[in-house]
Amino acid sequence: MPREGILVDKPYERLTKEQVELIHQVSMQILTDPGLISFNREAVDILHGHGAAVEPIAGDHQSWQVKIPEQLVLNALDNAPKTVKLGARNPGNTLIMHGDEPRVYFITGSETNIWLDVDFPAYVNKDDPTREIRVPEFKPRRGTVDDLCQSAHVCEHLDMVDGYIRTVNIQDRDITEENKDVNKFFASLNNNTKHFMSGLTSLKQLNNVVRMAELIAGGKKALEDNPIISFITCLVKSPLQFVEDTTDTFIEVCRRELPVAVSSSPQAGTTAPIKEAGIMAQINAEVLAGITLGQLVKPGTPVLYGSVPVRARMDTLSDSYGSVETSQYNIDCAQMARFYGIPNYSTSGVCDTKIPGQQSSIERLFSDIVVAMSGPQYLHCAFGLLDCNSVFCLLQAVLDDAHFKMIKFFLRQPRIDQPEMEAALKQMRAVVATPQKLYISYIRPVLRSGEISGIYPFEGSGEKDDVFELAYEQMKDLLARPVEHIDRETTAKIFEEIPGLLPRLNVYERGS
Amino acid sequence: MSKDIITIIKENVIQGRKTQDDIGIDDSLAETPGVVELTQQALERNISTQVIITEGLTAGMQVVGEKYSTKEYFIPDMLASAEAVGAAMDILKPVLELASVETKGKFAIATVKGDIHDIGKNIVAILLKGAGYEVHDLGTDVPTEKLVEFVKEEQPGYLGLSALLTTTMIEMGVVIKALEENKLRSSVKVLIGGAAVSEEFAEEIGADAYCVDGFQAVKVLERFEIAKVKRKRG
Repeated sequence: MPREGILVDKPYERLTKEQVELIHQVSMQILTDPGLISFNREAVDILHGHGAAVEPIAGDHQSWQVKIPEQLVLNALDNAPKTVKLGARNPGNTLIMHGDEPRVYFITGSETNIWLDVDFPAYVNKDDPTREIRVPEFKPRRGTVDDLCQSAHVCEHLDMVDGYIRTVNIQDRDITEENKDVNKFFASLNNNTKHFMSGLTSLKQLNNVVRMAELIAGGKKALEDNPIISFITCLVKSPLQFVEDTTDTFIEVCRRELPVAVSSSPQAGTTAPIKEAGIMAQINAEVLAGITLGQLVKPGTPVLYGSVPVRARMDTLSDSYGSVETSQYNIDCAQMARFYGIPNYSTSGVCDTKIPGQQSSIERLFSDIVVAMSGPQYLHCAFGLLDCNSVFCLLQAVLDDAHFKMIKFFLRQPRIDQPEMEAALKQMRAVVATPQKLYISYIRPVLRSGEISGIYPFEGSGEKDDVFELAYEQMKDLLARPVEHIDRETTAKIFEEIPGLLPRLNVYERGS
Repeated sequence: MSKDIITIIKENVIQGRKTQDDIGIDDSLAETPGVVELTQQALERNISTQVIITEGLTAGMQVVGEKYSTKEYFIPDMLASAEAVGAAMDILKPVLELASVETKGKFAIATVKGDIHDIGKNIVAILLKGAGYEVHDLGTDVPTEKLVEFVKEEQPGYLGLSALLTTTMIEMGVVIKALEENKLRSSVKVLIGGAAVSEEFAEEIGADAYCVDGFQAVKVLERFEIAKVKRKRG
């Protein structure tokens, strides 16, 4: 049985049918005029071989103007699978996504450079030394492979996390460009049995990480049936440019027919028009260009319509994930992906603020609720992410899990039917005849059935706000709870076959 | 044999099963006799009321209280157990009276004049009955004269007054004054509760205690009961 996710019965949609059509039509125009600039020769050859007009562009870097005809895009959309399966080490964590079904899975990610430690030093009141409070202090530092293991470990135990995108970039001294991919894949897969998605640092490592996944899944065929890993590639850089290296990666992933998110992240105001119509037409064109290339490389490659649109902050021109418009763009993208019947990789929950607190809660909860309501299938909802996309805090991830429980509960379908009404009428008739006239005794049969939403788990006592401390305690509890590592024999094979793995990641060899 | 049925009574109190029709927390006791049927059976087997109350009913409620304080149980669970114990006490009452066994005090409870809110009052009544008190629920919007009359006639040891509204809480002070005027104040402890009132307000109007909820009411009454016993001995 795959994971359940949450089926949004009536997804929130902002666009009219006419607006969806218009975005599609204008995207088609964009793909032919101005078209895309490609810095990747192979992409040019593939597209040209299928009828795209190609013109070299004069300049320092080799590049080409590529104009993709509408029919090529439409054919690609026909070929792209409408159902994508993302497997998992534990088959019970498999994700099945139908492009036309607004069933939402909550996923972590993306990758940050900074890991935020938290501590609770005590402060004593100057006027009354008997009064002491503990205040959370956050200390940023560079992320390590140990941090990634911890993050994967905790996310394994967070109920609302349906799939895992690595949350922190590993920057240990013994991590190099050559061994980063194998170590980040192994650290994540060894501490988490949910689906794992990642980008690649070096294309040279693709064969190694795929081989690692084959060993874990049980062979090449087993990996095809149960794709425990998938990839994110930002092959199109906004505005409208095929990037040289990530397009290479994308082409190679498609050749292996592994699932891949075609992700585009235009910023309204700088790399996309500031107004909604413009950024929507552009991101749609960019994603369709990627999907088209992927289907030409290997028809039937499972792809996700990847959208990470964002508005620029007016004070810094950096990404403003906390802005309201960012959520609007993501909701629009979910609707566009559904229009094409392709599962949507969407974004929510990233906040502008640098540490957990009130601003973080407001920004992330706002976008998590509204974007989840739009029914994207693969919602990478920034568990633990802060400062746009730069900082990861495990404590914040634990806090996020609590509010996703609320969102998931909220999105459940209403239970109003004849049997429910008959039961309610029976209760009313019985209760009004009692002296106390209370329905309380009818609560118990549903109290532990999951039909009643829970109390906020980090509620303080009295007037004390203990949210951070209680979440921190839970985080420690989750870290103390064991995870199911890759078995000893497979681990030995992986360490034997895959070069570059850090010996300290082998849990069976530690201390020997 | 007697130990067995008492243990089963305790388990049923913990599960909050008043009768055999109740499911309880889980279905482990489904379709077996509940507290009411078991109490009846225990009496038929001539098991002493003291054993039934202390080792079955009270011991079960103690476990329920512990589970509530560790957040394993919720108020509906507490109320279900208290209702089961209350029903058992109704069965035991005639036997206790026949044996002239002194029971816990008589507790009258009402929502004061002008106020019809009664959720909290009803919960307090259920919990106190479950704790072994003889509870007389006089209802909502009860005129002061009726309360004074009841105290005069029935001589309850305790009077609980409830009010939700800031406009009606002043009636509590009126009731206390009326009890004083009728020279009944010293015969009854007055406890007040409800969203509008507070510890300070209780002091201001001369109430004997303010109870934030039913659980505190049980504790406050236990304190009064212990003091009563000490006075008698002293």
